Amino acid sequence: MTDDHRDVPLGTSGRAGRGSQGGTTPSSAARSLAGGAARPPRRPGEPAAGTGAGRPRLHAVPDDATAEPPPTSHHSGPQEPPPTGLPLDEVLTAVVAAAQRVLGDDWEARLARMLATLRRRLSGDYEVDDFGHDPEVAELLVQVLEPLAEKWFRLEVRGVHNIPAEGGALLVGNHSGTVPIDGLITSYAVHRYAQRTLRPLAADLVFALPFVGETARKFGATLACTEDAERLLGRGELAAVWPEGFKGVGKPFSERYKLQRFGRGGFVSSAMRAQVPIVPVSIVGAEEIYPLVGNLPSLARLLGLPYLPITPFFPWLGLLGLVPLPSKWIIEFGEPVRTDAYAPEAADDPMLLFNVTDQVRETIQQTLYGLLVDRGGAFF
Amino acid sequence: MGRVVLVTGLSRDIALRCARLLADQGDALGIDKVVGVDVTPPREDLGGVKFVRADIRTPVIAKVIAVEDVDTVVHLDLGPSHGRGAAKELNVIGTMQLLAACQRVSHVTTFVLGSSTAVYGTSARSPALFTESSVARGGTNAGFPKDVCEVEGYVRGFARRRPDVRIVTLRSAQVLDAGAPLAAYFANPVLPTVAGYDPRLQFLHVHDALEVMRRAVVDEGVQGTFNVAGDGVVMLSQAVRRLGRPTVPFPPVGFGTAARTMLRAMGSDITPDLHRLLMHGRVVDTTALRTILGYAPAYTSAEAFSMFAAGLQPGLLSGRGAS
Repeated sequence: MTDDHRDVPLGTSGRAGRGSQGGTTPSSAARSLAGGAARPPRRPGEPAAGTGAGRPRLHAVPDDATAEPPPTSHHSGPQEPPPTGLPLDEVLTAVVAAAQRVLGDDWEARLARMLATLRRRLSGDYEVDDFGHDPEVAELLVQVLEPLAEKWFRLEVRGVHNIPAEGGALLVGNHSGTVPIDGLITSYAVHRYAQRTLRPLAADLVFALPFVGETARKFGATLACTEDAERLLGRGELAAVWPEGFKGVGKPFSERYKLQRFGRGGFVSSAMRAQVPIVPVSIVGAEEIYPLVGNLPSLARLLGLPYLPITPFFPWLGLLGLVPLPSKWIIEFGEPVRTDAYAPEAADDPMLLFNVTDQVRETIQQTLYGLLVDRGGAFF
Repeated sequence: MGRVVLVTGLSRDIALRCARLLADQGDALGIDKVVGVDVTPPREDLGGVKFVRADIRTPVIAKVIAVEDVDTVVHLDLGPSHGRGAAKELNVIGTMQLLAACQRVSHVTTFVLGSSTAVYGTSARSPALFTESSVARGGTNAGFPKDVCEVEGYVRGFARRRPDVRIVTLRSAQVLDAGAPLAAYFANPVLPTVAGYDPRLQFLHVHDALEVMRRAVVDEGVQGTFNVAGDGVVMLSQAVRRLGRPTVPFPPVGFGTAARTMLRAMGSDITPDLHRLLMHGRVVDTTALRTILGYAPAYTSAEAFSMFAAGLQPGLLSGRGAS
């Protein structure tokens, strides 16, 4: 067999990373998807990319993607070089800037506006949608998340052009980090860099928990079930799902960046029925925020939780142990996998669903390996 | 020959209004007679409705249907009640007797059930919006939601045994009129809430409720189950702010007892099944109502709520919100 390619899992034909490497040619995942059953299976020797130039129909969604590689960072301002260590001075300037933002030159007008908003909120004069999404609260939460994402996690976002500017799409990401902060940061990244509202699909435990569930609904989240997913996608919303679920979030630190089973492929059938593209999202950095080194399954069962984590700092340091470690984060939005080449009825073909699920999973896994190499050290 | 409509639960406000509407428009709708039954006579003016004092939990109801030559039964005698045993008796046993009577009488051709969205229960695992084909994922194991599930089950059984009868099930959101549990709840000066939960609520204006019932009775082509609710949602936090009423959050464990004690001290009460609704809320999809029944509710949930709020005493904090 292919002994010289031992490091690369079978099926990638020795070419790691089927994401948006070149830009002009669709990835093997996208090609074999769109080609469907009509295409003969790829021979092992055939290169994974570079044969699809004459198939404009099979191009990935952003057809105007240029030949040059996508901008790797969307930071603006002077902090362009990769930071080494914790940028303490930047944290300080951010605090000063935040203070100036609140009490700036036009502080009087700002204060009046704030009071008017407060008054409107207190009299209940605002709108929420059917899912409970409250745009004003969500906007506030994004602003709260900004320093966490940009300064603490030093977030780098790649491939924003892969998020459709309008219309529905299903973002599918890897899940990790003991506490699902990656969902929050992904929502922040989409809001901040793609100027769209992300509607995360969350586990029922989120909505059973007090305060968490309430905030999640206002932030735009809803229950991860077929009905809600298809309703959101049908409305042209940008939904996000983390199909690994608790198996991904609660996996031990030793298994970091090893993708778990991608659910039962329900997300593919939802996307296919709604005829929206699937955008693979690879998140690097979330694994290190709370390294899960132990678990108390019996106590967790008693409390009705899927797992009860023990990290190097929790529960030993109490509340201080809840501070996430400042790992470096990279979120890459991969090349969309098109589902509109299939009829909506194809969602009833389990074998096709399994294949697409595996392809999305494999794409994310390969991208993760590439991003890990790019990132270097986890913290510095 | 025109139709004869039997309306149950006439002492309920919505049932009486429905019966009067059908009687008043009888000539135009082809209805000869509207008969209302209940154990207690309604306090308001009956108009053209003929009241028959009968208990639907007894076989007397079969005689009423036979004697009056009823061809359309509008069953509105469903509702939560403070006395659990009595409510169950009325909801479930009353429906069983009524259906048993209808099954025997061949001239019954239409059965309209005034059901409730409570049939979907309420839980953290509920989808954001329930369609008519959704199943409850929790919260239907006690109280009024359980009754409604059982009643709908019996009506489905009746539909199997009498396929010639046109059956319309209307799953309505709460109409905030006298006797509705949420209306009684919102009327309190200080409202107990569940700490950390902000449920999404839906309301139905009585105008829309009556109009849908009228169409269900009159329109011969309509059959099946329909969700009936005003568009949009009102969060509980939003509702209490609009009312200007202060809230007292209680922890989820022990909320039922604490809220009940507090509301009783204020001279009111709370039905036990409201506890879960105040945690997770419930929202339904009304696409079928629009596309199949062809009716779009005239009032949104927020409008229905604000019209209800206008009839209440201003809240303790309402001076702050009003300009």
